[in-house]
Amino acid sequence: MTSVYDSLFLHTVARAIVPIIQVFAFYIITHGHYSPGGGFQGGVMLAASIILLRISLGEESYGRFPRNAGIVLAGTGALCFAFLGFVPLFLGGSFMDYGLELFWLPSATAHYWGIFLAEVFIGLLVWGSLMAIYDALATGGEE
Amino acid sequence: MSHIPVLIPLSLLVSSLLALLAGLRSPGWGHKISLGGVSASFLFSLAGIRAVLRDGMPLRYALGNWPPPVGIEFVLDSLGAYMTGIITFIGVVVLVYAPRSLARETPGREVYTYPAMLLLLTGLTGISLTGDIFNLYVFLEIAAIAGYALLATGDRAAPVAAFRYLLIGSLGGGFYLLGVAFLYFSAGTLNMADLQARLPDLVENRAVISAAAFMIVGLGVKMALFPLHFWLPDAYTNAPSAAAGLIAPLMTKVAAFAIVRFFLDVFPPSFLTEALPLVSTVGWLSAGGILFGSVMAVAQKDYRRMLAYSSVGQIAYVGLGLGMANPVGMVGGLLHILNHALMKGCLFLIGGSIRYRTGITQIAEMRGLGRLMPWTMAAFVVAALAMIGIPPTAGFFSKWYLILGTLEAGNWWWFGVIILSSLLTAVYFFRTVEMIFREPEEGDPVARIGRKRGAGVTGVGPSPEVQLGLGGATEGEREAPLSMLLPILVMGAAILAAGLLNVAIVNGLLAGAVAHAGG
Amino acid sequence: MITDFFLGRYPFLFIALLLVIGVYGMMMKRNFLKKVIGMTIFQTAIYLFFIQGAKKTGASIPVYSVDLGSASDAYMNPLPHVLVLTAIVVGVAITGVAISLLLVIYRRFGTLDEARILEQMRESA
Repeated sequence: MTSVYDSLFLHTVARAIVPIIQVFAFYIITHGHYSPGGGFQGGVMLAASIILLRISLGEESYGRFPRNAGIVLAGTGALCFAFLGFVPLFLGGSFMDYGLELFWLPSATAHYWGIFLAEVFIGLLVWGSLMAIYDALATGGEE
Repeated sequence: MSHIPVLIPLSLLVSSLLALLAGLRSPGWGHKISLGGVSASFLFSLAGIRAVLRDGMPLRYALGNWPPPVGIEFVLDSLGAYMTGIITFIGVVVLVYAPRSLARETPGREVYTYPAMLLLLTGLTGISLTGDIFNLYVFLEIAAIAGYALLATGDRAAPVAAFRYLLIGSLGGGFYLLGVAFLYFSAGTLNMADLQARLPDLVENRAVISAAAFMIVGLGVKMALFPLHFWLPDAYTNAPSAAAGLIAPLMTKVAAFAIVRFFLDVFPPSFLTEALPLVSTVGWLSAGGILFGSVMAVAQKDYRRMLAYSSVGQIAYVGLGLGMANPVGMVGGLLHILNHALMKGCLFLIGGSIRYRTGITQIAEMRGLGRLMPWTMAAFVVAALAMIGIPPTAGFFSKWYLILGTLEAGNWWWFGVIILSSLLTAVYFFRTVEMIFREPEEGDPVARIGRKRGAGVTGVGPSPEVQLGLGGATEGEREAPLSMLLPILVMGAAILAAGLLNVAIVNGLLAGAVAHAGG
Repeated sequence: MITDFFLGRYPFLFIALLLVIGVYGMMMKRNFLKKVIGMTIFQTAIYLFFIQGAKKTGASIPVYSVDLGSASDAYMNPLPHVLVLTAIVVGVAITGVAISLLLVIYRRFGTLDEARILEQMRESA
């Protein structure tokens, strides 16, 4: 699926729409903790935007999102999420006890920001994972 | 508050991710980080065992500080500490063994294999520690997916075997999830301790009965309980040896442990015998599985396929212990988890060593291996004696407890099944041992290696590598390399140690767990 | 009474039908990709069952709204929704692994038909 579509219309529209999809995806991620949405849904939309680029632009999209970036992004996102869970552990609470984080913030605010950061990292993680799956499938697994 | 319950799976998860990222830069670091992570987890499990033995009560850990019926809880009780100890020990042993074996069998893929192994271990330790039925589903699927990926990187037919395992495994997981749904909608909670308090009032509820049936079928698929075992022989035969050495001792055992957890700590005892004859069904299916596995193993010509069918029979011992519904039988079944993990792990790793040095996988070609690889074959004899059940190896003691359990339950059929299967085990292992310790005849692979070795030493004749073309045995090297031999010898020593220390293990860890299993 | 049985329970009957279709696909279809599709249908039926069980009569979606206040009867049960999210992620991972395996199988055996693959495996064994 390294594309063969040479339609100017398709290339232009795809390039124009991708940033809009990504902004919307970011909106979904950041609003996940009090309305429908969240890390996983936003991450899937981010991946969908890059897959749109891959399908319509083909070779050129590898410059914008490198071939092996998916796995690195997934690993980094997961590690950041794990370490975010460890921060309350080092500060004296349970694992992932965001309500405890950071002494000068009231508990609810710390909880809010903890969940928000968790959602962002999960979004990166899901984005990377789905891109890794798509790249592996699209290239037929030659490695 | 002790953080041990959460550190055991977390150290494995974090080191899996670090190993993935580091391994993409340099493969050597991937292995070092994996080994570090699993060793850390092993030390945490030992600390957990010590804490449980010292305090006498389980370590409870509320994730995120949400109180238990609302939040997810990790419970490290004696049974959980026992399981995590076994899982992390086998993890350490196999990760020391893995590099050379993987380099020979699946070159270039190690970067992704070590993280997959660590994810498998994360899932398995998570299952042993969790106190929430949905969390158990998540960890079950984590372990399963990592297992599918590991099993697929093997021989030519490995992806097909892994795919069929995937299909039937996700069917099983789906059934388990359906059971979770039924239980949640009937009882209103996902926490195991809370369910134990609420279920006695709901014994007549048809949704709860269906939930129990779905869950046992789902976990039975993962455990390879008799009619649901079809994925196992192909999967274990075609897997890379290190992966088989990791999955075969652990995967089915942890699923069996999950069933034990449900029978002992969630469902009320009267429910399991009156509403649905679950306990006796598991027992009779296991009896069938023991016979089926042992008989099929006798008929096999491939070493790994023989071990795979043997595994079907051996996991059924645990099910049989469960089916007896008396403490002695259950202790036998639970002790067999440890013993079989050590024995089968040792046997699969030996198979990997044989394949590394000589490329042999068929039993008929193993003539004369005793002379070529003496230490490895000594470990093989110990493991074989343990599988048959000769004292003082570990295998004898679990069978002894199981036999005592059948006598106490008065079930002479099961008694006969255990005796018969031990005899059949003796048949297929003695056949292999005899092959190994015979003199190699003309044309045997071992004879060719031996002769080439001789020629190389005296300096005449073409070099061994040129004439060999079979495996990797080079001049002067007959025995497996140290990084592969040492884990095998450690496992062999552990088999003997588990046998000699079985009373301590039973009294310390197992007896408390099954004490209230009178029902 | 028959109409009561169906009208009161039609979502569950539909879910049961989907379950059966999924398992039928996994077992009876010869093409591996069709088996994967059957597995997806089976998993989707389970998600629907969770969501159906979370429904309460007269309740609104589980998003806090100022005019409905804090009464728990005004909102649907959000816990099964969260369980379904997690289960969907698990399902995505399984489907990803399954299709990757299918790619490897296709490259090695040249076909995705179960009967022909088993034949090739038996020949080479």
